[in-house]
Amino acid sequence: MAIYVTQLFNGLSVSSILLLIALGLAITFGLMNVINMAHGELIMIGAYATYVTQNMFKSALPASMFDYYYILAIPVSFAIAFLFGWLLELSLIRHLYGRPLDSLLATWGVGLALQQLARSIFGAPNVGVTSPSWLDGGLTIMEGVVLPYKRLFIIGLVIVCLLAMYFYIYRSRAGRNMRAVMQNRDMAACLGISTRRVDAVTFAIGSGIAGIAGCALTLIGPIGPSLGTYYIVDAFMVVVLGGVGKLVGTLFGALGIGMTNTLFEYWTNASLGKVLVFVCIVAFLQWRPKGFVAMRTRSLD
Amino acid sequence: MKKKKMSIHRTALLMLVLAIGLAACGTSKDEPASTTEGGTTAASGDTIKVGILHSLSGTMSISEVSVKDAEMMAIEEINAKGGVLGKQIEPVIEDGASDWPTFAEKARKLLSEDKVATVFGGWTSASRKAMLPVFEELNGLLWYPVQYEGLESSPNIFYTGATTNQQIVPAVTWLLENRGKKFYLLGSDYVFPRTANKIIKEQLKAEGGELVGEEYTPLGHTDYSTIITKIKEAKPDVVFNTLNGDSNVAFFKQLKDAGITSKDLTTLSVSVAEEEIRGIGADVLTGHLAAWNYYETTDTPQNKTFVENYKKKYGNDRVTADPIEAGYDAVYLWAAAVEKAGATDVVKVKEAAKGLEWDAPEGKVKIDGETQHLYKTVRIGEVQSGGMFKELWNSGDPVKPDPYLKGYTWAATLSAGN
Repeated sequence: MAIYVTQLFNGLSVSSILLLIALGLAITFGLMNVINMAHGELIMIGAYATYVTQNMFKSALPASMFDYYYILAIPVSFAIAFLFGWLLELSLIRHLYGRPLDSLLATWGVGLALQQLARSIFGAPNVGVTSPSWLDGGLTIMEGVVLPYKRLFIIGLVIVCLLAMYFYIYRSRAGRNMRAVMQNRDMAACLGISTRRVDAVTFAIGSGIAGIAGCALTLIGPIGPSLGTYYIVDAFMVVVLGGVGKLVGTLFGALGIGMTNTLFEYWTNASLGKVLVFVCIVAFLQWRPKGFVAMRTRSLD
Repeated sequence: MKKKKMSIHRTALLMLVLAIGLAACGTSKDEPASTTEGGTTAASGDTIKVGILHSLSGTMSISEVSVKDAEMMAIEEINAKGGVLGKQIEPVIEDGASDWPTFAEKARKLLSEDKVATVFGGWTSASRKAMLPVFEELNGLLWYPVQYEGLESSPNIFYTGATTNQQIVPAVTWLLENRGKKFYLLGSDYVFPRTANKIIKEQLKAEGGELVGEEYTPLGHTDYSTIITKIKEAKPDVVFNTLNGDSNVAFFKQLKDAGITSKDLTTLSVSVAEEEIRGIGADVLTGHLAAWNYYETTDTPQNKTFVENYKKKYGNDRVTADPIEAGYDAVYLWAAAVEKAGATDVVKVKEAAKGLEWDAPEGKVKIDGETQHLYKTVRIGEVQSGGMFKELWNSGDPVKPDPYLKGYTWAATLSAGN
């Protein structure tokens, strides 16, 4: 019994991490159709932003304040990744709309450049981030079942991000403009929306959320220049499986992959588990090429 | 007219950029030679050229740059004392770029174009296997500084890192005697962990251990929650960890979060040294074990000077570790063999190297003439809160290298299978 509860929680936790790394991509790839291969590196920027925040707290503030660095690190990661995304859109992506293959190659190059930049600034080896002590340990809900606070925290963070994005996209004026531009650019422009501005902000928000993902990943994984490469494939997989263009699809995609992956890994082993998950995804996309939630719009065809 | 002017400007600009680029290339190439020669002319009669071939870019640069640094330091120290055979050593540095065919290509270049006397280099087994045929074909000499999976002994390679009977096999014996019989094997999914675990499984059968689980994860795997569940279910006494690279960070962080500390479960790693601890975080690793031949804390007078000089040269935040020390040893052993032989000729150096002894930072080492591996002391260490190791056990005398495990009856089927 304890094992099933633990595995169920692990599945949820893996799904939440997948969702967090894919949320930003759901915007840049899902809504804007930019095949953004540099998404992983934006996650890496968020992770390094957390590292820098931690170091600043360590050197500038008394030790008793150290535990609070993480609360500040989340908005800092968002802001720095937001800024990088903004600059990237301004200098490069802007010129490549409607040319998916070019944007794939260009953003891949940007990704490599950012990795090398991180190597030059922070050095090639991994850096250590000490997680705040209030996230140490876990909640014991029954004999033999411990839910680590860090994983619970990540699940909470994802829910907050998801809700914030939902309200921004579907309930705010800026979000309405954004959806209008993504669905019919010319019509939106005719109605007086500055499509350039909307593009820039949208891409930057997607990047900023990748930054938050990077901040969360420092709790459970390595922090190094190649951090992004471990997550980029999974992120694309989630968005494609969920259905390009719909936020709720991304949610289902993450849950689907996270749960089945945990299940298969438990039954077989890590390598084979991953293979089986890929087989399932391919089979599923044969059956429903548009993913879990297909977007019904003429503009996408 | 205007148009033409502009194109001239552009051409000029292009030339300028090219010139700067070339100049930059030129200086960076000259740098190692000019810093080490210290005034002597570059005439080949006054210097002995040696090759240094490590990955200075790409994924493996994380580890290999430090080994290169240690080798350069050894060369400078020897040069400061007058060099070998009265000549200065001149290093020729090449970048293997974490790409195995590049290693073979650069090795060929060093041997046939630069005519180096010997090469120090390599880290992964894949890079060594790629270079091996080149060294055998051109009768060159390679010094390889990293612990590896054994089952190899090329006449053109000296192995200054540990083979299996100097790291893994004694570690398993120690664990069986001190920590328990039930083993769980966890490793990355490639050659070294699978070969190592094949050996461990045979040894467990022979020495009364019990295998309760075996798992491999792809390189770069980052979620260990399910594997930790499996470990909890299997209830092992010991997790023998052959994970490599970033996976170690994820595994140990998540193990701690799952509420498992080193008090509940013993883990012993063979790929986690001082440098890796910095990236994982000492707070996460405190109390976990590792098996190596050398630690920064190893208490010998030679090591005190070695660590002091290394930190003085490369910065106080740098740490020394087993492969770094093995690279440093390699240069000194080669120099000693050349002095003894009175020549840099490969055949003579190999002959002179037989039975050569040297007081290394890790203690006394000796070259075994038959296998061209080193006699090395085995040490098991426990990670302390400061990120350094405390030695729990050592083998006392240096252990004779046995790459094919011929001295172990239970290993008979292994070498037959390879």
